[in-house]
Amino acid sequence: MYAQLVETGVKKIKSLEEMTPEERNFQEKVDAEVKIEPKNWMPDAYRKTLVRQISQHAHSEVVGMLPEGNWVTRAPTLKRKLQLMAKIQDEAGHGLYLYSAMETLGADRDEEIEKLHQGKAKYSSIFNYPTLNWADMGTVGWLVDGAAIVNQVVLQRTSYGPYSRAMIRICKEESFHQRQGYQILLDLMREGTEEQKQMVQDSINRFWWPSLMMFGPSDDQSPNSQQSMAWKIKRKSNDELRQMFIDQTVPQLEFLGCTAPDPDLKWNEETGHYDFGEIDWQEFYEVLKGNGPCNQERIATRKKAIDEGTWVRQAAKAYAEKQQQKQQSAA
Amino acid sequence: MDQQQALQEYLLRLGDSALILGQRLCELCGKAPAVEEEMALMNVALDLVGQARNWYEYAAELENQGRSADDLAYLRDAHEYRNLLLVEQPNGNYAVTMARQFFYDAWHYFTLKALVESSDERLAGIAAKALKEVTYHLRRSSEWVKRLGDGTEESHAKMQEAVELLWRFTGELTSTDEVEKQLATAGLAPNEEQLACDWQGLVEAVLSEATLELQPEDAWMYKGGKQGEHTEHLGYILAEMQFLPRAYPDAKIW
Repeated sequence: MYAQLVETGVKKIKSLEEMTPEERNFQEKVDAEVKIEPKNWMPDAYRKTLVRQISQHAHSEVVGMLPEGNWVTRAPTLKRKLQLMAKIQDEAGHGLYLYSAMETLGADRDEEIEKLHQGKAKYSSIFNYPTLNWADMGTVGWLVDGAAIVNQVVLQRTSYGPYSRAMIRICKEESFHQRQGYQILLDLMREGTEEQKQMVQDSINRFWWPSLMMFGPSDDQSPNSQQSMAWKIKRKSNDELRQMFIDQTVPQLEFLGCTAPDPDLKWNEETGHYDFGEIDWQEFYEVLKGNGPCNQERIATRKKAIDEGTWVRQAAKAYAEKQQQKQQSAA
Repeated sequence: MDQQQALQEYLLRLGDSALILGQRLCELCGKAPAVEEEMALMNVALDLVGQARNWYEYAAELENQGRSADDLAYLRDAHEYRNLLLVEQPNGNYAVTMARQFFYDAWHYFTLKALVESSDERLAGIAAKALKEVTYHLRRSSEWVKRLGDGTEESHAKMQEAVELLWRFTGELTSTDEVEKQLATAGLAPNEEQLACDWQGLVEAVLSEATLELQPEDAWMYKGGKQGEHTEHLGYILAEMQFLPRAYPDAKIW
């Protein structure tokens, strides 16, 4: 996840015959599942698309700390507080590896962050929804990290080496977060009071549809997918991934004793999958455009952090330069 | 106060300071000046809250009244909290955050170093584990004090202001009361003169290297945190931190 609607800037996919020798060599490597490494030749559009995709992913990790930060000061027990803090710390770490993977493509972290703050770069739409009760810390782990994992497990095989390796490492930690999130909900449903059980159902009601939206638009509305699939920076279609997520999640939902806010959700014996209702695509596009409940707050918080930190980063740089000069004059 | 009561009281002091500073650092989530700092702040906070839990567990066992570590954290009011006044002060700008951290880390480091030698094995064991973490905390916050103090003109001015702002809360770090004296005599807690001397020495060295002005020796100091008399800030910290267990007293699990 964490990257929805990534533009490739490509209108028509070239066939092998139409490619230059370099392009052809590149495509044949991709087709043969040979990883592309930073120093290898790659088409400009591939590089740009990856920068967009990886930066979106990195921004999502960092912005994604905010809905959790909203509850970390109010976590109800020391154990839950420690778990949430560890999760947030992991997310900052994921942001860092992803920014590093992105920088291997020649992009600059500060410039990409600036694009985020100007509204030119995206991050996952899910983080524009508010976290309103404690159970949201369980639901975010279970559904949001769960949806992310479905996507990221596939991206472990992505064609770009540094991105693929970052995904392998990230997936391990995300699976742990997902189990922890589910455990929060399970404990509340099994041993909680009526009020606590209501928190869980309320939380699922709010996060169900936005989690399904994390997979991006349906395949017929996904103009960039075909090129991304050919480059193997996307490996399964949005609808396939969404279906996988639903199929694995519904039994977990039932095990909790909760329901989804979708009257059309039911098992289909014939297809061997769950059928589900239509996503509110208007809401999805509005949230992507910046009109979600928390878009403005999330960006304002991030921008303020970076702007107010300018003097700190300048000081660190000035100090490092002074230290270097001292060392040189001592030598 | 018998020795065990003194020890319980002391464990609460250690736990409360770690927890309240950890809580303050949690407030910075998503607001740090760089992603590396997000990670580092949360890492330090995680260590501190983990240490608080260890101190509380021991305190709860000694108390033996059926209270858990969570009860100690979540169900005591401000006047029952025993943390240092320093750690409840607001995050302010990054210079304030780092000055507060450095003054505390220096105290924490020398305290733990002494506690590792404590005649109480359990206390010494918890301290030994914490000391590894705090050695890193101190290195990091010392570096930041130097960076900001000797960075740019702006950062120098901000760091100097931060030192001046927080200095009045540092007297409490190095002066002991009856509880601590009793424990020190029994070989359980650090010796006052030694702790004061170590703290002072390190703080002076780091501040000078950071080109910061030292504060007058006779500066007036505010005290009382360790005895339960706090600044106005603590009540709000607790109101936020304790909200859920207080709002849902019937909840048995979270």
